[in-house]
Amino acid sequence: MTAVAKLGPRAARRAAKLEATASRLEALTLPESGEWLRRARETALARLREIGLPDRRDEYWKFTDPATLVRTDAPAAALFEITDEAMVFDAIDRLRVVFVDGVFDPDASDELEAEGLEIVRLADAGGRDIHWAQELFGALEAEGQDPVTRPLAALNTAVATDGVLIRATARVARPVSLIYRRRDPSAELALHHVVKVEPGAELTLLENGPGAARVSTVTEMCIGDGGVLHHVRAQGRDHERRAITHLFARLGEQSVLKSFTLSANGALTRNESVVWLNGKGGSAHVAGAAMGDGAFHHDDTVFITHAAPDCESRQVFKKVLRHGAVGVFQGKILVHQAAQLTDGYQISQALLLDETSQFLAKPELEIYADDVKCSHGSTSGEIDADQLFYLRARGLPEETAKGLLVLAFLAEALDEIAREDLAEEIREKLRGWVSRHR
Amino acid sequence: MLEIKNLHVKLEEEDKAILKGVDLTVEAGKVHAIMGPNGSGKSTLAYVLSGRDGYEVTEGSIMLEGHDLLDMEPEERAAIGLFLAFQYPVEIPGVGNMTFMRTAVNALRKARGEEEMSSAEFLKAVRAKAKELKIDAEMLKRPVNVGFSGGEKKRNEILQMAMLEPKMCVLDETDSGLDVDAMRLVADGVNALRDAGRGFLVITHYQRLLDHIRPDVVHIMADGRIVKTGGPELALEVEKNGYADILAETGAAA
Repeated sequence: MTAVAKLGPRAARRAAKLEATASRLEALTLPESGEWLRRARETALARLREIGLPDRRDEYWKFTDPATLVRTDAPAAALFEITDEAMVFDAIDRLRVVFVDGVFDPDASDELEAEGLEIVRLADAGGRDIHWAQELFGALEAEGQDPVTRPLAALNTAVATDGVLIRATARVARPVSLIYRRRDPSAELALHHVVKVEPGAELTLLENGPGAARVSTVTEMCIGDGGVLHHVRAQGRDHERRAITHLFARLGEQSVLKSFTLSANGALTRNESVVWLNGKGGSAHVAGAAMGDGAFHHDDTVFITHAAPDCESRQVFKKVLRHGAVGVFQGKILVHQAAQLTDGYQISQALLLDETSQFLAKPELEIYADDVKCSHGSTSGEIDADQLFYLRARGLPEETAKGLLVLAFLAEALDEIAREDLAEEIREKLRGWVSRHR
Repeated sequence: MLEIKNLHVKLEEEDKAILKGVDLTVEAGKVHAIMGPNGSGKSTLAYVLSGRDGYEVTEGSIMLEGHDLLDMEPEERAAIGLFLAFQYPVEIPGVGNMTFMRTAVNALRKARGEEEMSSAEFLKAVRAKAKELKIDAEMLKRPVNVGFSGGEKKRNEILQMAMLEPKMCVLDETDSGLDVDAMRLVADGVNALRDAGRGFLVITHYQRLLDHIRPDVVHIMADGRIVKTGGPELALEVEKNGYADILAETGAAA
């Protein structure tokens, strides 16, 4: 105690934080794995001990309490009954990779083979030489710790028991679909994926399903020159589930990333996206639509770095909140001096359906180049009275009219989904949510 | 058809009387025009008829075919056949015009106990109507009124009116912001919908719209009251001499 007292307040806080981290990690055992994976895990754990686990006093955790994500045991979450057919993307022809309570299920999955694709289970990968994955696994996450730390991503790298390593070497039309099913009300899930899109290749990655009582996923994406990655994700509807997800994406010249996430329900969701535009002419769009009713806390934390000239980025996040639901947006665009002709756009908006809900936004721009176009906006508002009256005057019952306006509010985020069949699947889920929450 | 009796209305927020005893009856199949200077209460009457918030009716009644409109929500008024063509049609980004119109048509059909229309049936019907009214069907693919020119917005109102087949149509300054060609198109649309059973209340500041939509009865409104009622010649008188003479003659303040 006396030793701590001699430190300045910042150092004392850091010491206390690291001590808490050490005690939380004490009982932790790393999963069995082969050589390179074990090394990557140990490095991640060392990184985490250095950074410390998050608490409410951290700058990027002010709006979201990480306690239930950090504690050793996840709070149980009631299972939400849903048939496979009712799950999103059911109508889409796709290569299914199914996890049940966080464990890969080969019987429910398709053969992990397709033209232009290489797919390896993480649990099988550790003992094999897979150079392209070894170079990326944990590496993008490590790079993403600066300038803002992502401690729960490092924890994921250390403890994730499974995941998939996907490499696209051609234009692959059929999406790869990661499906997270749930059976056990208290199961936890920690999955770590690596996606490599080789130059000129193209891949669509889908993710959906409730996952677990507590979900942690990290997806490291590397998109080569001229490569295209579409990512469409629908997070589970279970009301009590908690989720922390991280995307780390590195883009080459003229490459494209389009990522969209739908979140309906969930007690706590924090989706972090860290993107580097490292090659000339790259384009990164990260979008999300979130709808919450009651005990719902939803946080989008995005950091896009323009490190090369002539790149374009868009952040489009929309949240519909009611009955005390809370929405958070922390979005940053960092433009390096070399990144001339950057075109950056960021919008975060909340539609508050009553006075008990709240939206907290922290948009940030940091620009070192002089010839750039960057715009950002953040608003929260209620349903427009003139629009509502116009619709009602045409005969739409008030609830129908409000539903239509909620969907209209979310439309800009959905426009970020390139494939119309996927957008329609998501729209269908939104209509369902709106009609259930009248 | 529409019977307004001794209607007194004030603004909810300002405690300011706008309508001070309006009496007006529109018979089935007739076109009535209301003219009057700015601030006379014309648009307030349109909004009160359609059920917009923000107004308080302190006295009087409005009946549409025996229904007490003042007891009804805007959508219920629409369901029994009231239609308001807005002076400023509202832009709704993110809602497709087609989706909007189909939802409206089906909401009314449902309220009236009729079968809903399928997408295909609706598409066929709306295309036919658009053609009849010389409206570019391309307009249906865009979000409701977003980026529409003044003329397109008003034509969109007329198309909605044609699809919803109301019994009583209230046109609030439909001519505002239109050039002569656009106005003729809109007027042709209205004339195409005139038939024996349908009543019209055309609110306008200028006489020129009434060259194209010939009214049966013309009312002059001033200071929250109807101060003079006559035939189509009354509109011509306004055109020639302005409102001043009529107001002086009736002793109403402008």
